[in-house]
Amino acid sequence: MSTYADPYASSRETTEGTVFSVTGGDWDSLVTEIGQAKEERVVVNMGPQHPSTHGVLRLVLELEGETVTEVRCGIGYLHTGIEKNIEFRNWTQATTFVTRMDYLAPLFNEAAYCLGVEKLLGITNDVPEKANVIRVMMMEFNRISSHMVALGTGALELGALSPMIFCFREREKVLDIFEFISGLRMNMAYIRPGGVAQDLPAGTVDKVLATVKDLRHSFKDNEKLLVGNSIWMKRTEGIGYLDLAGATTLGVTGPVIRATGLPLDLRKIQPYSGYENYKFDVVTADTCDVYGRFLIRINELEQSLRIIEQCAEKLKSLEGGPVMVADKKIAWPAQLSIGADGMGNSLNHIREIMGTSMESLIHHFKLVTEGFRVPAGQVYSAIESPRGELGAHVVSDGGTRPYRVHFREPSFNNLQSTSAMCEGSMVADIIGAVASIDPVMGGVDR
Amino acid sequence: MSQDQQGMFGAAGTGDTSGYGGLVRSAASTGSTERPFGGYFDQVTDDLERAYTDFADAIERVVVDRGELTLHIKRERLVEVSLILRDKLKFEMNMGVSGVHYPEDTNRELHAVYHLLSITNNQRIRLEVSVADTDPHIPSLVEVWAGSNWNERETFDMFGIIFDGHPGLTRILMPDDWQGHPQRKDYALGGIGVEYKGAVTPPPSDRRTYK
Amino acid sequence: MAPWRSRMGLEEKLPSGIVLTSVEKLAGYMRKNSLWPATFGLACCAIEMMAAGAGRYDLARFGMEVFRASPRQADLMIVAGRVSNKMAPVLRQIYDQMAAPKWVIAMGACASSGGMFNNYAIVQGVDHVVPVDIYLPGCPPRPEMLMDAILKLHDQIYDEKLGPNREKVIKEVELAAMNAVPTHQLKGLLA
Repeated sequence: MSTYADPYASSRETTEGTVFSVTGGDWDSLVTEIGQAKEERVVVNMGPQHPSTHGVLRLVLELEGETVTEVRCGIGYLHTGIEKNIEFRNWTQATTFVTRMDYLAPLFNEAAYCLGVEKLLGITNDVPEKANVIRVMMMEFNRISSHMVALGTGALELGALSPMIFCFREREKVLDIFEFISGLRMNMAYIRPGGVAQDLPAGTVDKVLATVKDLRHSFKDNEKLLVGNSIWMKRTEGIGYLDLAGATTLGVTGPVIRATGLPLDLRKIQPYSGYENYKFDVVTADTCDVYGRFLIRINELEQSLRIIEQCAEKLKSLEGGPVMVADKKIAWPAQLSIGADGMGNSLNHIREIMGTSMESLIHHFKLVTEGFRVPAGQVYSAIESPRGELGAHVVSDGGTRPYRVHFREPSFNNLQSTSAMCEGSMVADIIGAVASIDPVMGGVDR
Repeated sequence: MSQDQQGMFGAAGTGDTSGYGGLVRSAASTGSTERPFGGYFDQVTDDLERAYTDFADAIERVVVDRGELTLHIKRERLVEVSLILRDKLKFEMNMGVSGVHYPEDTNRELHAVYHLLSITNNQRIRLEVSVADTDPHIPSLVEVWAGSNWNERETFDMFGIIFDGHPGLTRILMPDDWQGHPQRKDYALGGIGVEYKGAVTPPPSDRRTYK
Repeated sequence: MAPWRSRMGLEEKLPSGIVLTSVEKLAGYMRKNSLWPATFGLACCAIEMMAAGAGRYDLARFGMEVFRASPRQADLMIVAGRVSNKMAPVLRQIYDQMAAPKWVIAMGACASSGGMFNNYAIVQGVDHVVPVDIYLPGCPPRPEMLMDAILKLHDQIYDEKLGPNREKVIKEVELAAMNAVPTHQLKGLLA
């Protein structure tokens, strides 16, 4: 055994058998101890802090040699109680909380929540067209940035270091667009119930089109490096197999189920925010493995770029249109501008509400202090986030605060399939399988 | 659900002299919707009635609201109805279980809401089961849709609804030895007041806000 | 000042009487220029930390691009993200496994003080669990802000004392903290 008593390294007996802790340098003594044990099975804890488990995910593996016989996921290490917190904020403030659930796709969280609130309010058709186009454009950019992190970190975990740098380089270009339009790189709280927080600044369309051209050119770096690469294919083909029957009963959506050949994409089958007006393809693969999901994500990038180009074309003709619903009792006052001391209400708006329109002043005051009231009822609004179907079950009791908001997070349901995908494979394959599910622990634990 | 909201401001006992504290606002209770439901809801309800003879007994209420169909089911019939929905009506996917706690709804405080998706027919419906606080048992749907496993664990963790027949009903989001079920309405938010230079900003649950 | 004891033995090997100042500066210079962070990315701030390590905001120019997976090999723990009650013991365990000298940056509002999540699930500030050297606000802080925090930490490390000087500084800091006015007795404009 170890030469000194390390509080973390003594072996102890539990109901499941002997538990060993390895601290380094004592591998030979550990192996002797295990050798004396009767069983061959070893339970390994890939703890919540681990470079390859995509965030604070705990994997408890039961190993027989290098083969995994059982995989159990331990989650909850990032549980923030966002859903309960929202019950104490008004409907608009909840957007800022909800945005931080799945932190790689913040705009999708906001969109699912706001679509739910709008459905409850009954103003889904009153959201102005420009707001819908902006929402679609921002969501598709977010899809690109989310897939970049998925590809980059997935490749990093499997040992490929360059894709990480390439992907983050492209992601910075998308984050530049986010910063230009909404003011923040991440967690923007830009999509609000009724529309978007503020109008596009001048020059957006040109900047967007230039970025699209740039990205289309740079995505080839990743493709040339990984697609068809024999080392990459050896590590990803046949790994993490989950067929259609398994996927449907486990409630798995997104690239994982599209890799089984089923073109299940909510943007096509139950369109929202005007997605029926855009031309794009649903990318599928039919290999049901990690390589198929990887190819889907790479090809979805191109489809997102197509949608963004169509959005930019539409925006050219929607110059100067409203970005918030017309009903002043719901529309968050969205006239912001950069002043001497930073961003705040534009002076024109202040002049209007203080000088000319008493009603605007009252609306502004009531909206900011009390918030709008949403008629009682419950609604489930689902959108297609980069990881699958993101649904918001929004329940209102007629007040200014949400009564209950539950998010059906795709990562939560997708992560359940880890056991089905990984049992029977090698330890190294678990990493690839989990990376291909692309779980975001903020969404899993909320 | 019929909720009576008393007063306009959130935190009580704050010396509110505006008079709005006496406001009583009651949300209209939703009874069963009348036929025809519209859209594909009629077809789905008819198919279910045809396939499941005990429909009138099992389904307490059918509500069509804001373009969505909700079937309120008795908990004893949940598994049978789910099997029929899955096999005959082709609702292959269960999107998850969502719990809601209505403390004023005596004997029906805890609701478990299931959202089902039919990929073949591109339809969505919602099942809602209500149980009392004193007897929070609901049969588990893990045998019908395997993906309900973690969702039911989460609903147990957050609300205390016990799913009978679940292979391993333990806490999933909170630490294993946590006491209480956090998302119930009678569980405090747990925030602490922020003290700075003599003033205390109360946590969001204790502030004077509008209800 | 982080309360770990310096057992590196360097100052013990030198004959007593030699002024430690130049050794302190040398040791400080060496330590700050190759600070290896431990991966402790939890939530959104972790993504900004990764962006800080990626191409555009390059942490490699400070020698910090190797995020060590094993806490035994790391000297800096950047707690990036919200720490839930379930994660707190793990955080402490990782901190304990790091070898002295070690420093902690609380990155983001949630790590510094609980952030916007003032509720049952989040530890209100990671300094309830580990001693923090630098608090970095932001939600999430930009990569440039993280680099600013790291550079301020570098300055702090450069000025750290060794041996008996260090014990003296620790005593002084403790005494100052004991005699300081408690927060609830500080009065500002609101009280």
